[in-house]
Amino acid sequence: MTDQLKKILLGEQGLVVIFIVAFALVSALVPNFLTDRNMLGLLQSVVTVGIVACTMMFCLAARDFDLSVGSIVAFAGMVAVMASNYTGSILLGLLAAIACGAFVGFINGVVIAKFRINALITTLATMQIVRGLALISSDGRAVGINSPDFYQLALSKLLGIPTPIWVLAILFAIFGFVLNRTVFGKNTLAIGGNPEASRLAGVNVDRTRIWIFALQGVVCGIAGILLASRITSGQPNAAVGLELSVISACVLGGVSLAGGRATMSGVIVGVLIMGIAENAMNLLNIPAFYQYIVRGVILLLAVLLDNLRSSALGRR
Amino acid sequence: MSFLEFSRITKTYPGVKALSDVSFGVDKGAVHGLMGENGAGKSTLIKILSGDQHADTGDIRIDGKVQAYASTRDAFDNGVIVIHQELQLVPELTVAENLSLGRFPANAGIIARGRMRDDVGAKLKAAGIDLDISRKVKTLSIGERQMVEIAKAVMLDARVIALDEPTSSLSSRESEILFALIDRLRGEGKVIIYVSHRLDEVFRLCDSLTVLRDGRLAAHHASLEGVTRDQVVAEMVGREISDIWGFRPRKAGDVRLKVESLSGAKMKTPASFEARAGEIVGFFGLIGAGRSELMRLVFGADPRTGGTITVDGKLIHATDPHGAIRAGIVLCSEDRKHDGIIQGRSIEENINISSRRHHTRFGVLNRASEIATAETFIKKLKVRTPSRKQDIVNLSGGNQQKVILGRWLSEQGVRVLIVDEPTRGIDVGAKSEIYELLYQLAGDGMAIVVVSSELPEVMGICDRILVMCGGRVSAELTRGQFAEKAILAAALPDTKTPDAIAS
Repeated sequence: MTDQLKKILLGEQGLVVIFIVAFALVSALVPNFLTDRNMLGLLQSVVTVGIVACTMMFCLAARDFDLSVGSIVAFAGMVAVMASNYTGSILLGLLAAIACGAFVGFINGVVIAKFRINALITTLATMQIVRGLALISSDGRAVGINSPDFYQLALSKLLGIPTPIWVLAILFAIFGFVLNRTVFGKNTLAIGGNPEASRLAGVNVDRTRIWIFALQGVVCGIAGILLASRITSGQPNAAVGLELSVISACVLGGVSLAGGRATMSGVIVGVLIMGIAENAMNLLNIPAFYQYIVRGVILLLAVLLDNLRSSALGRR
Repeated sequence: MSFLEFSRITKTYPGVKALSDVSFGVDKGAVHGLMGENGAGKSTLIKILSGDQHADTGDIRIDGKVQAYASTRDAFDNGVIVIHQELQLVPELTVAENLSLGRFPANAGIIARGRMRDDVGAKLKAAGIDLDISRKVKTLSIGERQMVEIAKAVMLDARVIALDEPTSSLSSRESEILFALIDRLRGEGKVIIYVSHRLDEVFRLCDSLTVLRDGRLAAHHASLEGVTRDQVVAEMVGREISDIWGFRPRKAGDVRLKVESLSGAKMKTPASFEARAGEIVGFFGLIGAGRSELMRLVFGADPRTGGTITVDGKLIHATDPHGAIRAGIVLCSEDRKHDGIIQGRSIEENINISSRRHHTRFGVLNRASEIATAETFIKKLKVRTPSRKQDIVNLSGGNQQKVILGRWLSEQGVRVLIVDEPTRGIDVGAKSEIYELLYQLAGDGMAIVVVSSELPEVMGICDRILVMCGGRVSAELTRGQFAEKAILAAALPDTKTPDAIAS
């Protein structure tokens, strides 16, 4: 019995099993949890983390790291709002935001891949530079949105489900596909597994890493736009600490910080576990201060479980 | 009953019976050889001995007492020490510090450096190990590092010392020093388990021998008197291998690879050579002679600073592996672990990593085509694995090598195959399979360059040998001119005589 339990928990799909059990428990025990309204609210609350986690997964899988995501999200939100206010065209604003995100990501990638500066240091630097840019651009103030159509990005619904959730789902699908079914995805995992061997096998390691960071920038741009639309303004102080939530979600989802191991399903589960924990604690009126502790404990437990699992696999 | 006794050891991994019912004993003061093909169960047995893994049934006794170790540390404390192929030393610490690690002599937490040096020095002197203990390990040669590992065993007064392929990265001189040390340890009454693929070493060093095959005891020789090499090889592979080289005369075609005055940061003297279609060219030399460096330049693994590379008359402009592969040049590096395998990924992915562009449409992979390729090469190269999904780190060295060869063969249009130490750490059976494969590829018109430190190997399989010494090509011999002494003479710097090493 215990052996079988161990097998399930430590197997490939262990995390999914735990997620399902946790979900069932929370549904049964927390009042008002399993309602349409709350479910949509829960998903809305994980949109930013979930979107950014898509590409953070690639970054971590290639043995890299990106701390600048929170700043890029805030900066892209500012750019989206200010550019659409200035030009009067929302489309131009969105494109400008994504372009800015992509540019920052590209710079990250070039510095890391070509100049061989440690990813942690590079993105620690760009994190501060970009946050600075966001603050300078509006002199530290929030910028309101002129056109009401901009709100509609976050408010509009399709088949009863808000647009941001659709965007999240589509990105999950796209990046899941990219990871498993494209040369780019497989090369990413190979680089994380052994960068030098990958290079000698003909993988263009530098280019792949630059692409990963550039994509990360694009995705942060999208997340920034949706966030700005939801909070109806460009906030230079938005998304502070986002990088840590995103990395936590990825690690919870079984992505290895040593590179070479990542699954989209794992990351989705990781994002949802974080969302459910927060949502359930809110419903139970647990004060925010305690929530930090709970989140930390969940992360530690997940990593411990992962450790047990890899040593169980290593015994083969 | 012997001092060290394995009795009825059985160990099953999911899907594989790694060891079944293995029993044998080793006496005190004996060097016991442990041989067998890849996957025969040698490593598993050593892992069980070291406490890293646990037998399903059966036990190990030392001096009549059953040993049950919870961990390698536990085995350590009980005087059982395994020296692995990958050395476990801290490069930034000195020899003395490495040897005292975990048990520093200290006063109130401050290391008593003088006492440490005296202790270590005295013990090493007593054991006849000649090492400068104040040097940092990172400045030592691989041979010297191996000495430090063995010194560790001496420091701990080990009762049982197991050495796993200790000479695989040593030069002949370093091997000699190692053998002398093993002799001394034997004299002190230690039990030494010597795992090796090299028959000549085993015959030279060992008092007794156990051969494993497919997880079973294939043979146990309490003494090596009257045992022949052919007999042991037959016991290992379960059949007779009369000539492991199996050389067949070939016809060389036009020049495929032409390297002219190639130089790089680690290759100061420009080097030139060529290889013809259907020809196997050997590069022999001592470790550090510049062979691997030259091949890395040809493959674009390191940037070249001068010279030209031509394949089939076409100048190659690419200066990175990516471009070299597209021009038809591929390289199997000597350091499989660091430069070859992608740890944590499946056999399938390790085969397909380079040739993925052949399996895609608009960047999207065709899974069926990838799977078919992987299966084809697993079968063609006889990779021993339960599934293509197996993580490559779980394979033995020979099987990993086959996977990497599969990686290159799945590249359509390879014209030049460079293999650097293709059979290092690989057993006899897999060796002849790899040679056979090279012959086949040469027969198909590939130009093959073999870098090897094993003279019998280059003499056995090559059509032509280039000898390197001190970063330059010092001799070139065609098959009719092959002679051990001439080749060694060209490989050695002037100060040494060939006889010293040839013997």
